[in-house]
Amino acid sequence: MAAVAVRYEEFKALGVEVLAISTDSRFSHKIWQEQELSKMVSGGLPFPMLSDAGGRIGAIYGVYDEAAGVDIRGRFIIDPDFVIRAMEVLTPEVGRNPDELIRQIKAFQHVRATGEVTPSGWQPGQVTLTPGPELVGHVCEVWKP
Amino acid sequence: MTELKDGCVKPARGPIVSTLASSERTAMLKEDKMMVRVGQLAIDFEVNAYINGVGFQPIKLSDYKGKWIVLCFYPGDFTFV
Repeated sequence: MAAVAVRYEEFKALGVEVLAISTDSRFSHKIWQEQELSKMVSGGLPFPMLSDAGGRIGAIYGVYDEAAGVDIRGRFIIDPDFVIRAMEVLTPEVGRNPDELIRQIKAFQHVRATGEVTPSGWQPGQVTLTPGPELVGHVCEVWKP
Repeated sequence: MTELKDGCVKPARGPIVSTLASSERTAMLKEDKMMVRVGQLAIDFEVNAYINGVGFQPIKLSDYKGKWIVLCFYPGDFTFV
């Protein structure tokens, strides 16, 4: 979570609210924040830390590991209409890549604003595609991997 | 900043299913199975939370409706990755 926290200014600039959630109690969140996170990240974790008691939320989001009794790492991008746009779920050994999360948010925001679609690996400023009959069979003229 | 008074045990609503169709609701309550899909509405919930500089307060996912939200599950406080 600290890796996401250090990018908080970028999330804020994109108008994104980050919510961290685990099966720990709110009391545990407070002590982790005070004892450790505040020493990793200046000011501590800037976003709400939610307590998923009993994994009930994790279960319906498909990330609750019953054997371990915890929520595994999963992140969901939800748009202003409350529609889930993306999800990524990892087993615990490998951490997330905030760069890819930010890229996906920028791409979904671009799509929402313009109606264009973004090809594989798209970064802001790169070519987008406008879906329609004219594009069929002609993608290679405007975009190559 | 004043912190909300808070006891040891504080129930939260958990998943909020009133907006779902009754067949979906039954399925979800029977077994906690994955209900979310990309391209579909997020499922609302209310849980207790700790907010740095604010304190303890209940939070609903739908409190943030109208904004972009990144919901990040993680295995536990004091873990390493």
